[in-house]
Amino acid sequence: MSDRYDPDVALETGAQVPPDEPVIEKEPEPGEPSRWQQALRQIATGNAIISVLAVLLALVVGAVMIAFTDERVQAASGYFFARPGDTFVAIWDSVAGAYSALFQGAVYNFRRDDFISGIRPLTETLNFATPLIAAGLGVGLAFKVGMFNIGGRGQMLLAASAAGWVAFSFDLPFGVHMIVATVAGIVAGALWAGIAGVLKARTGAHEVIVTIMLNYVAFYLVSWMLRTQGLLQAPGTNNPTTPPMKDTAIFFDLLGPRFNLHFGFILSIACVVLVWWILERSSLGFQFRAVGLNPKAARVAGINVNRMYVYGMLIAGALVGLAGVDQVLGTVTTGFSSGIDAGIGFDAITVALLGGSNPWGILAAGILFGAFKAGGFAMQAAEGVPIDIVLVVQSLIVLFIAAPPLVRAIFRLPQPGSKPKKRTRSTRKEEVAAK
Amino acid sequence: MTATSQHHATSSPAEHLDSTTVISWKAPISFAVVTALLAVLFLTTRHSGDAVFRLSAPRDLIQIPEIVLNGPVTTWTCVVLLTAITAAAAALVRAKRRVPLWVVVIFAVIGLVAFLTWAAAGARTPVIPLPGLLAGALSLSVPLIFGALCGVISERVGVINIAIEGQLLAGAFTSAVVASVIGQQWLGPIVGLFAAAISGVLVAFVLAAFSIKYFVDQVIVGVVLNVLVIGLTSFLFSQVLAPNAALLNSPPRLQRIPIPLLSEIPLIGPMFFRQTLIVYAMYVIIVLVYIGLFHTRWGLRLRSVGEHPQAADTVGINVARTRFWNVSLAGAIAGFGGAFFTLGAVGAFNKEMTAGAGFIALAAVIFGQWDPIRATLAALLFGFASNLQNTLSVIGSPVPSEFMLMLPYVVTILAVAGFVGKVRGPAAAGKPYIKS
Repeated sequence: MSDRYDPDVALETGAQVPPDEPVIEKEPEPGEPSRWQQALRQIATGNAIISVLAVLLALVVGAVMIAFTDERVQAASGYFFARPGDTFVAIWDSVAGAYSALFQGAVYNFRRDDFISGIRPLTETLNFATPLIAAGLGVGLAFKVGMFNIGGRGQMLLAASAAGWVAFSFDLPFGVHMIVATVAGIVAGALWAGIAGVLKARTGAHEVIVTIMLNYVAFYLVSWMLRTQGLLQAPGTNNPTTPPMKDTAIFFDLLGPRFNLHFGFILSIACVVLVWWILERSSLGFQFRAVGLNPKAARVAGINVNRMYVYGMLIAGALVGLAGVDQVLGTVTTGFSSGIDAGIGFDAITVALLGGSNPWGILAAGILFGAFKAGGFAMQAAEGVPIDIVLVVQSLIVLFIAAPPLVRAIFRLPQPGSKPKKRTRSTRKEEVAAK
Repeated sequence: MTATSQHHATSSPAEHLDSTTVISWKAPISFAVVTALLAVLFLTTRHSGDAVFRLSAPRDLIQIPEIVLNGPVTTWTCVVLLTAITAAAAALVRAKRRVPLWVVVIFAVIGLVAFLTWAAAGARTPVIPLPGLLAGALSLSVPLIFGALCGVISERVGVINIAIEGQLLAGAFTSAVVASVIGQQWLGPIVGLFAAAISGVLVAFVLAAFSIKYFVDQVIVGVVLNVLVIGLTSFLFSQVLAPNAALLNSPPRLQRIPIPLLSEIPLIGPMFFRQTLIVYAMYVIIVLVYIGLFHTRWGLRLRSVGEHPQAADTVGINVARTRFWNVSLAGAIAGFGGAFFTLGAVGAFNKEMTAGAGFIALAAVIFGQWDPIRATLAALLFGFASNLQNTLSVIGSPVPSEFMLMLPYVVTILAVAGFVGKVRGPAAAGKPYIKS
């Protein structure tokens, strides 16, 4: 190694293989005996089965936790050796009760007579998913540009404040009012995130620090505005809440007044398509991905990396801002306080991770997490299982999906690329040995 | 290998660049902005009263008389001084020299004195109790310092640790439960401290296993681990701890142990040497981490693995094992620090009681440029700024409390953008090492 050794070059060469996902060989080994076996192998080594098994594993862990902390189970296990059956019945009761409440709160309620009220939980799921999808897209897009946007909370708060302010203080015709409020929120979110992008581009300030700090700044800024007359506080009150949004600005219901599902859901779906188009079909998205994969190579290829950081953060902030707009114009229309972000800014990170930063994946992940949220509240109300269990299950799902070799090892599935009928513990080791 | 043993790994790339670039106007510009802001503040709201700085608490052995500063005189003197420093910094930069760190420190101290005097002079009770201010600042900083040390070690060995928050929370939870179950004045908290460290290690094991064995993106594992620990502790809190609070969530708090003589030093004595066991352990750990990282074989190997794992592997260091055990060690430190939330401060555990301290610690790591001493100082700065707000709201300051609360975060952004700028972390941090 020469003495003009450059650590930045070492940074490039030090880790040669980006090992995010193991290479999955879809092609079966030649000379395999039966077509059915090939099909089975493809299923067993594919990605879909990993996702399904990851959800299953996470639910099993959740079930164990529910069972162990249930009082009935604890009482029955006190005399386990006298009557072991009681313990198992109690375990079954607690777990089955919790998960059926979760399902009925998230998808379809069998206790209702007609289909319309039975399907209501599903629309609640989509309702919870609406801001998660939008914010998840924002975090995922930033990931694609190689940035980590932890600032969802601040961006949502600012966007909610701007949209809310337009929504309750102006008198505009129906439709126009909604559009103006939405645009105001999106712009506010974009600008707030843009601060981090500009600082990263101009001074090299690490976007993780800046977005975390901007979260706190936004929280205190909004708290102050909420308790200051003439800014956001409702007139004639001392509570730090805003007046209710005007009817002309509220997102209209998609399925009539019996359901909460609002127009924001359509916007979220539109954003999924838009982000997919930006990332996969536009020149901007190509530059985004190039910068995200390797900023130095992108710079050499003539891409203005700093500008991409700014654009990336602006678009990410706009998407997260839409989640904030969803909250004030769709979910909580009767006036909001400083907790309006409801933790969505952080949930969005998990959504983006689970969705693999890919728009369609984020759509699915957002709906799944929306289902957990909707069902979690129902489970807490019906069975007394704290909704925090949902956090455990969600995070376990992401962990398991991120580590396919672990899931394969647990379920004794063949590793992709391994020889059939011969179980190997780790493909990586084989690759290493081969080299 | 001797080249890597030099202290400031960050200064080596700059040496190559000296001939070409590096005159940075960031410091003078930041100075000018701060000076102008303060001047505008003092001009728009004038406070004519006096400000009293109380230097010793009533129970102290050695009493120092209070310092009384006249509001306008002091503030404007300070503004003049700040302007002079700004000009000096500009001159330094013009002469193509760096602005040394101590100039920044002096600037900050003078600015702070000016601001405190101005705020106190306009307050209902114009007294700033410095001992309380400093002691409170230190106690707010303790978990941040532990978290920052954890972050420094694990990033220096090449694993980005976003899970500091989770490790702190796990430590807080475990120590509260263990100490409550064991009870007793001393035994409970001390066993609780060890249990906290072990719980931090357990979280670190997951981080290490997923990032080192399964090559999962370290940021992903860290973020998810935070959510997992928050979920687990909140679930167990609502389901188990809350119904049995007397048995499971009423730990005996650690007692303060004044160190004889040292605790009687005016001003800093009570702050540093009238503390709990956790804080004394913190002093030891800071020193150990500093010496260990830069003056021992362990530290050399650790940093080489974080900077250039391939080179380290070539000379026979087991990269995966080094990373695994050092990430675990870092987890132990963070878990231990998490015990401060329960055993050192509040007593009982509560949902999400770390309230983002892990993320602030992460900011301290980057702000402190991956150096244990600087990261500690950054953590102290965050703690001080948070406590400043508490003090000012007690004495009744004219600034809306939200803006005071915002201040540390704004200062951090300015600092990261201005003084620190393009920081360079350990080269291989975040990159899994696959032996080839």
